Amino acid sequence: MRNEADISGKLDWVTVMLYILLVSLGWINIYAVVYDANAVQNIWDLSLNSGRQLLFIAASFIIILAIIIVDMRFYETFAYLIYGVVLFMLLLVPVIGKEVGGNKSWIGFGAFSLQPSEFAKFATALVVAKIIGSVGFKMDNLRSQAILLAMIVVPMALILLQKDFGTAIVFTSFLLVFYREGMSPFLLIVGVSMAFIAILTLIVENQWYLYGAIVLVLAIVVFFGKRTVKRILPLSVGALIIILTIQSFDYVINNVLPVRHKKRLEALVNPNFDPMGINWNVTQSKIAIGSGGFMGKGFLKGTQTKFDFVPEQSTDFIFCTIGEEHGWFGSLTVITLFMTLLMRVIFIAERQKNRFARAYGYSVASIFFFHFAVNIGMTIGLFPVIGIPLPFFSYGGSSLWSFTILLFILLKLDAHRSQVLQRI
Amino acid sequence: MNQGRKEILQFVFILVGVIFLIKLFFIQVLDNRYAELADGNAILRQVEYPSRGLIYDRNKKLIAFNSPEYDLEVIIKDVKKFDSAKFCAVFEISQEELRKRFKEMKARKEYSPYKPTLFMNQLSSIDFAKVQDHLDEFPGFYVQARTTRSYGAPSLANALGYVSEISKDNLARDESKIYKQGDYVGQSGIEAFYEEQLRGKRGVRFKLRNVKGIEKGSFKGGEYDTLSVPGQNLITGIDIDLQQYGEFLMEGKAGSIVAIEPASGEILSLVSGPSYDPNLLTGRNYSSNFKLISNDTLKPLFNRPLMAQYRPGSIFKIAQAMTALQEKVITPDTRIRCDRSIINCHGAHTNEDLRGAIANSCNPYFHNVLRRMLNQGVVDDPFGDTRVGLAEWNKHIMSFGFGKKLGIDLPNEKEGLVPTPEYYDRAYRSQAWKFSNIYSLAIGEGENLVVPIQMANFAAIIANRGHYYTPHLVKAIGENGKPLPQYQERHYTTIDSSYFIVAVDAMQKVVEEGTGQYRAKLADVIVCGKTGTVQNAPPLFDHSVFIAFAPRDNPKIAISVYVEDAGQGARAAASIASLMIEKYLFGQTKRPHIEQYVLNNKFE
Repeated sequence: MRNEADISGKLDWVTVMLYILLVSLGWINIYAVVYDANAVQNIWDLSLNSGRQLLFIAASFIIILAIIIVDMRFYETFAYLIYGVVLFMLLLVPVIGKEVGGNKSWIGFGAFSLQPSEFAKFATALVVAKIIGSVGFKMDNLRSQAILLAMIVVPMALILLQKDFGTAIVFTSFLLVFYREGMSPFLLIVGVSMAFIAILTLIVENQWYLYGAIVLVLAIVVFFGKRTVKRILPLSVGALIIILTIQSFDYVINNVLPVRHKKRLEALVNPNFDPMGINWNVTQSKIAIGSGGFMGKGFLKGTQTKFDFVPEQSTDFIFCTIGEEHGWFGSLTVITLFMTLLMRVIFIAERQKNRFARAYGYSVASIFFFHFAVNIGMTIGLFPVIGIPLPFFSYGGSSLWSFTILLFILLKLDAHRSQVLQRI
Repeated sequence: MNQGRKEILQFVFILVGVIFLIKLFFIQVLDNRYAELADGNAILRQVEYPSRGLIYDRNKKLIAFNSPEYDLEVIIKDVKKFDSAKFCAVFEISQEELRKRFKEMKARKEYSPYKPTLFMNQLSSIDFAKVQDHLDEFPGFYVQARTTRSYGAPSLANALGYVSEISKDNLARDESKIYKQGDYVGQSGIEAFYEEQLRGKRGVRFKLRNVKGIEKGSFKGGEYDTLSVPGQNLITGIDIDLQQYGEFLMEGKAGSIVAIEPASGEILSLVSGPSYDPNLLTGRNYSSNFKLISNDTLKPLFNRPLMAQYRPGSIFKIAQAMTALQEKVITPDTRIRCDRSIINCHGAHTNEDLRGAIANSCNPYFHNVLRRMLNQGVVDDPFGDTRVGLAEWNKHIMSFGFGKKLGIDLPNEKEGLVPTPEYYDRAYRSQAWKFSNIYSLAIGEGENLVVPIQMANFAAIIANRGHYYTPHLVKAIGENGKPLPQYQERHYTTIDSSYFIVAVDAMQKVVEEGTGQYRAKLADVIVCGKTGTVQNAPPLFDHSVFIAFAPRDNPKIAISVYVEDAGQGARAAASIASLMIEKYLFGQTKRPHIEQYVLNNKFE
């Protein structure tokens, strides 16, 4: 087994360094959150988040070792089995799970708890990659698309049962993988434009302005072009569909959606909406980040994050600590690190010799990107408050291990890329 | 078919990162609002009120001090839902009042939900004990300790003044920007005049606090904190025992007593009758009491020693005598016949010299003296001659401190009036007036107006044989301090000091054998005095006036007493003045019949 012996020589060390850098920064940052100048603290203390997070990091390295030791063929071969086990655990959660912070998504093992939904991400990524990588698979085939959609909808649905909306929508990031592998961009474009129209519906109070604008645009497009029935008819139908969409969206907002969600949506498009109530988190988060200035207040010197003004600051709102204590410079550093990681993962994905590994690589990139975009976007008021962690920074073992597993399976596959037959 | 999709995805990823960085640049670097909001969140600005300077009397008895008091402040942002019924019970207000207070507070211009705002002032220390137990049930409400003024004796109200919340007008006028709404400021008396010395310097402490409002140490290690500096203590020349005795004697009367130490100008007592207890204008009942006192028909807030302008009456004859001697129109030996066909007189005398004329308060004598002064024949026409004479006369009289503000260390002092030629020009709307029009000036009637403090100062001038120190209440700022510089300066009259021995002799004669002999005379000390009976419109009694100093040599006290509507100067005013002198010089009075006479208030 010569290949196994010098596996370390083939691991992508750029990614490994990025990983170590992000995890270390994340840990220092968690220490900054729990730091209390007035208390006698030991940073190794296991009753503090910083101490526990260190334990989680140590466990991550064991996991990494395990991933590297296991034969690379294991992941493709047993993708369905892993997927099945995770789904089973997700099914178990409502039965034996315990509730933490309104979400019943945890399974307890003695002193520790695990969040199976976190592990559903890499399991789904394996299955999706396996299907895409299977012989004769065609992305533009409707049946293939249906199967793939089913693979992501099932865990989503099970996670939604746990009322964990945030983790559930992470699975929509697989659409990016499908797109890369050949799915028509139509679905993405429709989705994005629907979202755009929905936001417009929320911003513009009087729907008639919107309708007027649509008709005006239609008139202009019709006027400057060939005025044939063949061209005008589909355009008019399109405009009508958009108007109906707005109408129905408005109806959903006002009559179907629970008030809580409606408020969150309104809060999103209007940052001044109810700043002390529904927008409290975002208001305080923006205050914390915004008060950082260019260079920040200094390590351990944040006031907003230290004195609990920002809720859930070690988990979902961890980015506030970076923004407050290290300012725009700190934000730039963290965002650049993430961008570099994403680019590196895409680079690795592209150099794979089979579709399975490539699709898996894109799954990793998409999931990381989704977490990154939604989490930071939420803290600076660009996305609604959806509670998902910032990879490697948010406190918590399950999420750290989930991201570690995602990343290192890819690195393992990458290390052996020359051994596989070309199946692209 | 999938060409370029990798690049599109890369572009989307990078685009999102760049959008985040741009947005972050806006809120972190370009927009300072968030930094301010963060400070508002986490930094609690605590004002430390310095203790106001104490006020002592000349024997180091405490007359004004501070007692602890607590204000209830609120930071609206921190207020959580609370049980308003319970709140009202704890703070003893009604539900409507609670709502009203919230409404008023939010209507204020400088209102901010992030800043501590005054909600309820002056909880007494007893209230505070009760409130403290319940305070944690009402998050957002804080107690701010400060002190309120208390006065050691129910006395000296008009001289001390009072301290109350700064008014909107004064706040708007305050250019020093030292005060903010809700601050306390001296409103009259010493409290107002020495506000700058008494108030001290406020300190500010910046504390960090967490979301629950719990303090988390000082902001930046206290770098921006300032310590409060307590106000300076004032030592007054007031003898509080004498003051209280004076107020006791003035009970049921309107008028004033002013006693001065001639050698220094320190005011020993400053009695305004009627008065009030200064403690009524402190604490939570200030507003209701103030309304009561200011609406009182007897005007207890009217500070008579400084503000009441009276005609001086016969005491003015001494000033006339001094002026005439200086102008050399008479000598101490000049005798003038008491011709009662010119002007009425009283007592049995016919042809006195200057000392006798003063002792007997001879009106025809001083009628003649004034004519000699005003008509010296400098100009041929009688009108012009009187003008020249009056101008000269005015200069001398003014040098006694009459007709102008003396500059005492209290606000609202009045000038009085010593007529000038221009004054009569205006009054007669021409220059066609001469001595016969204005001869009432001779005996301290007519247009003359003086205030009691000027009369006491006048007595001090004679006691000092021709000079005075501006009367002042505060003899030392700080424990071993000095009075303000303007009170260390000696002022001379335009009269040669050699002439004053005549006035001293005459005033001694007044007390020993003249108009004041019965009630003003003391057994163990030579008192020099002068009575005055100021005409009043019948059926009211005349005003009773007396000025005096004692002992004759090296005088320790100079005094003026003015009792409205009390008849002859030899009665009420002379009695009170002699009792005050006796009390001050000997610590007690041994003439119960005189004291009783004063307290009976029957002087006819």
